[in-house]
Amino acid sequence: MVGPFAGFKWLALFANWKVFAEGFLTTLLASSLSLCLALVLGIIFGVLGSTHFKFPKAINRVYVEFIQNTPLVIQVFFLFNGLPHMGIMLPVLAVGVLGVGIYHGAYIAEVIRAGIQSIHRGQMEAALSQGFNYVGAMRYIILPQAARVVLPPLANQAVNLIKNTSVMALIAGGDLMYRADSWSSETLHYGPTYVVVGLLYLSLCFPLANLVRYLEKRAEVSA
Amino acid sequence: MIQLTEVHKYFGHNHVLKDISLTVQTGEKLVVIGPSGSGKSTLIRCMNLLEKPTSGKVVVDGVEITAHNAPVAKVRQQVAMVFQQFNLYPHKTVLENLTLAPIIVGGVAKEEAEESGMKYLDRVGLRAKANAFPSQLSGGQQQRVAIARALNMRPKIMLFDEPTSALDPEMIQEVLDVMVDLAHEGITMVVVTHEMGFARQVADRVIFMDEGEIVEQGTPEHFFINPNHDRTKLFLSKILR
Repeated sequence: MVGPFAGFKWLALFANWKVFAEGFLTTLLASSLSLCLALVLGIIFGVLGSTHFKFPKAINRVYVEFIQNTPLVIQVFFLFNGLPHMGIMLPVLAVGVLGVGIYHGAYIAEVIRAGIQSIHRGQMEAALSQGFNYVGAMRYIILPQAARVVLPPLANQAVNLIKNTSVMALIAGGDLMYRADSWSSETLHYGPTYVVVGLLYLSLCFPLANLVRYLEKRAEVSA
Repeated sequence: MIQLTEVHKYFGHNHVLKDISLTVQTGEKLVVIGPSGSGKSTLIRCMNLLEKPTSGKVVVDGVEITAHNAPVAKVRQQVAMVFQQFNLYPHKTVLENLTLAPIIVGGVAKEEAEESGMKYLDRVGLRAKANAFPSQLSGGQQQRVAIARALNMRPKIMLFDEPTSALDPEMIQEVLDVMVDLAHEGITMVVVTHEMGFARQVADRVIFMDEGEIVEQGTPEHFFINPNHDRTKLFLSKILR
């Protein structure tokens, strides 16, 4: 009986380091792209949710509640299997980016909405009284102030987002988790594979988590 | 300059402005007094449409701002407001507070906005604080910056919504001094305040509001020496000890 962490398994893994490097880069790429998408969606829907008008608020609620209350896996499967039926053929990476981006966009929208609503309403009134329109007031007065409040929870979302790109393993996404899964089921070297892959995710997320702590501390000091 | 016609304002079932008609002449200094909850803040906030009247008409500088699709933002550039809570932009320096709107909204060149900004800071005695942040200033200083910010818009009308009510007593005078100085300039001013000394000193006309109505109006002399209505007398007796 060979142990799960037998030495030759480690050697085989390191000999095949390129497989994991490619997966790591794909995960990095998917994370960056979906974070951008999530931020854009989050800002748009967060601003919609912070208005006093019924219709934009309703749009925000539908998006946020729908996405937050269904599993990410189902959403990604829906995109992966559903889009081709609508004649939209996307590369797997794009499906992953869309799925994870839309998913975290909903969470970021809530973070941004809370951030905007934490700014005293006198700020909006002052801006309007000076002749800013709503969009200008948001851009120059409200959002820059809200940004300082929302940075820690945003960085926290980035950590979750990186981890959640591993959902791409389920649709043959070529990301780190997928490469690990397929390589280890070929070689049966599960032990070292998951340890190394876990460490690679840790190397991405741990610095970000520390950034969250630093930002939280700084926010406390300046508040 | 400002004309309100049959203005009503409801907050839910609360009828806070009851059929207000009022004209403010160009260059006039109008002081609005009254107990809290009388609708005086709502009245002044209708003048730049921070509150939208439930019904009635507001015309500012010839533009009916209550009309559908009225160029409200454009009119607001002419109507500066000073708030009870100052509402300075905390993420901007003092000078940036003065120049942001003129540059972005007014299309003024940065150098020009900064130059006139420094001039107005000088005028409120805070040139040395140009690069400070609002949080580093006292309440009185913040309110003087807010007045300078309003002035840097080159407004035709200045609205003051209880500008000294949030200040510590020892800081009230420095703000009032700036306002008195301003009043001598010919700019149109509408001031909601409890500072009766200020009203006496600069007002062309004083309006007393109670329960959403204009109860009485007249010159300061009429007002403080010989008011007609019992409600006015009662209020003045409470406030002038």
